[in-house]
Amino acid sequence: MFTDTVWRYLTLAPALVLFALLTILPLVNLFGLSFNDVEWLNREAVWTWVGFDNYAAIASDTLFRAGVTNTMILAVVAVSIQMVLGFWLALLTTQVTRGRLIYRTVFLLPVLVPGIVIGAIWKLMYSYDFGILNQIVALFGGDPVDWLGSSDIALLSIIIVDVWHWTPFCFLLMLAALESLPRDIYEAAEVDGATGWQTLRHITLPLMAPAIVVTFIFRTILAFKMFDQIYLLTGGGPGTSTEVVSFTIYRRFFTEDQTGYGAAISIATIAVIATLIIIVSRLSNRREAHT
Amino acid sequence: MSSIATHGRVIGRHAVLITYGLIVLFPFAYIISAAFKTQIDLLMGRFLFTPVLSGFRDVIFDRTSDFAQNFMNSMIIGAVSTVLVLTVATLAAFSLYRLRWPGWVLTVILAWSMIFHMVPPITLAGAWYAMFRSIGLDNTYTGIILAHTTLNLPMALWLMGVFVKDVPRELVEAAEIDGARPLRILWHVVLPIVKPGLAATGILSFIFSWNEFPVALVLSQRQTATVPLGIGKYAQENTIAFTEMAAASTLSIIPAFILLVFAQRFIVRGLTSGAVK
Repeated sequence: MFTDTVWRYLTLAPALVLFALLTILPLVNLFGLSFNDVEWLNREAVWTWVGFDNYAAIASDTLFRAGVTNTMILAVVAVSIQMVLGFWLALLTTQVTRGRLIYRTVFLLPVLVPGIVIGAIWKLMYSYDFGILNQIVALFGGDPVDWLGSSDIALLSIIIVDVWHWTPFCFLLMLAALESLPRDIYEAAEVDGATGWQTLRHITLPLMAPAIVVTFIFRTILAFKMFDQIYLLTGGGPGTSTEVVSFTIYRRFFTEDQTGYGAAISIATIAVIATLIIIVSRLSNRREAHT
Repeated sequence: MSSIATHGRVIGRHAVLITYGLIVLFPFAYIISAAFKTQIDLLMGRFLFTPVLSGFRDVIFDRTSDFAQNFMNSMIIGAVSTVLVLTVATLAAFSLYRLRWPGWVLTVILAWSMIFHMVPPITLAGAWYAMFRSIGLDNTYTGIILAHTTLNLPMALWLMGVFVKDVPRELVEAAEIDGARPLRILWHVVLPIVKPGLAATGILSFIFSWNEFPVALVLSQRQTATVPLGIGKYAQENTIAFTEMAAASTLSIIPAFILLVFAQRFIVRGLTSGAVK
């Protein structure tokens, strides 16, 4: 029938076709759009060439700038907390014998439910008038807090949600990494009389360093995807205090129909993320080459 | 070390883990209980209340509610895109790892899927919308299914790659010497071994499709709207329909609960495979 070479191409073809039609072609399309102004006349797109105008406009777009700043803050602060908490919980889990499976099952739950549900849950809990958090505040005699409506604390409220949502993921990756560490080193350390803290400081942390760094960086990049919770909880407000990159793109592209400009900020975002990924994988390859 | 001190330390660890478990579970309990409250009980923040089913009834049976339709849509889109993604990814992983492609092909494809996986889906959603609209695929199952298949392909390719790499080369080579064609080898030698991988990838792919929001938001209208869109609508109306939002949320997390209880092994395997190395 077919030769092996033909089979080789046939088996890979579906994936290549999907990637070509639904990732590369749209990217080319976006790239083209980003140099144009697009108007919709009778469901027909009319392109007008504007050169680099759309890219030049990015610099003065306060919404996009707020989005980038907030995404950065969110990524660094929330991911740091998630990593520390996740690592600590994973460490504790490896140190208990009973109930490991139950802990892991429970901890995993937030990762598996729709982001929009996470938003709905916290929308209820953060409610100014009847939410549980303000009920607790009132219990201690405090004044109700406007968790999502005050520009001073809205971003903090979002960070709390993100930490609650993604700590389990860091926990899981840290747990898997901890469980794959060689046992004999720990036995040797115990024979030598190392304390728990010394073992952590001089054995566990150095061995875990690559896993920690990789998890941290990838969680940080993935933070750029943050969308569902913002959509449901704050819509980027009050003002621009919880604006994030994905949400700005959505707004410019779809709500305001600025197709050309929306394409330009999409391309800029993709370029930044691709650059970050290439740098990171270069770094980790170099690491592997040395060891 | 005295046994009392050791004992105390174990109890302390469990205390921390249980506390964190409660922090994870409490918000779920809170929204589930809200789903059983009347609007009044909810708005008064009452802890003691007589559970009612009116929220669920409004969400499922009310004539103005699309939620039952949303549920069906999500099931169809999730199931079909999962079957597609498993087929495409398994063929590709087999091809890349067992059919002697030059090394750079593997590198390029993995690098591209990694970048595409990391990029926010909303950046491509606009281009998808424009493309689908010009060929009449906007607001159709096909459009959203294709989008979800593509979104989950990098994860599936990566995971199936990890599992296919575990298939001993000698087995494949022995089958080749016996004169078996690649598709026969895939079906009779590789597939039986990677079954756990198919389960892990399939479950995650279904969950991610079920949960996906921004792309479905852009590509669908009322007839093809998925569960997250339905929930979002309750929260977006001028006066937020809190009890309906809670009831719809409660219904929407049932699949994840069931899969977590019965297939946790596969989910954990899927989420951690390759990420550690």
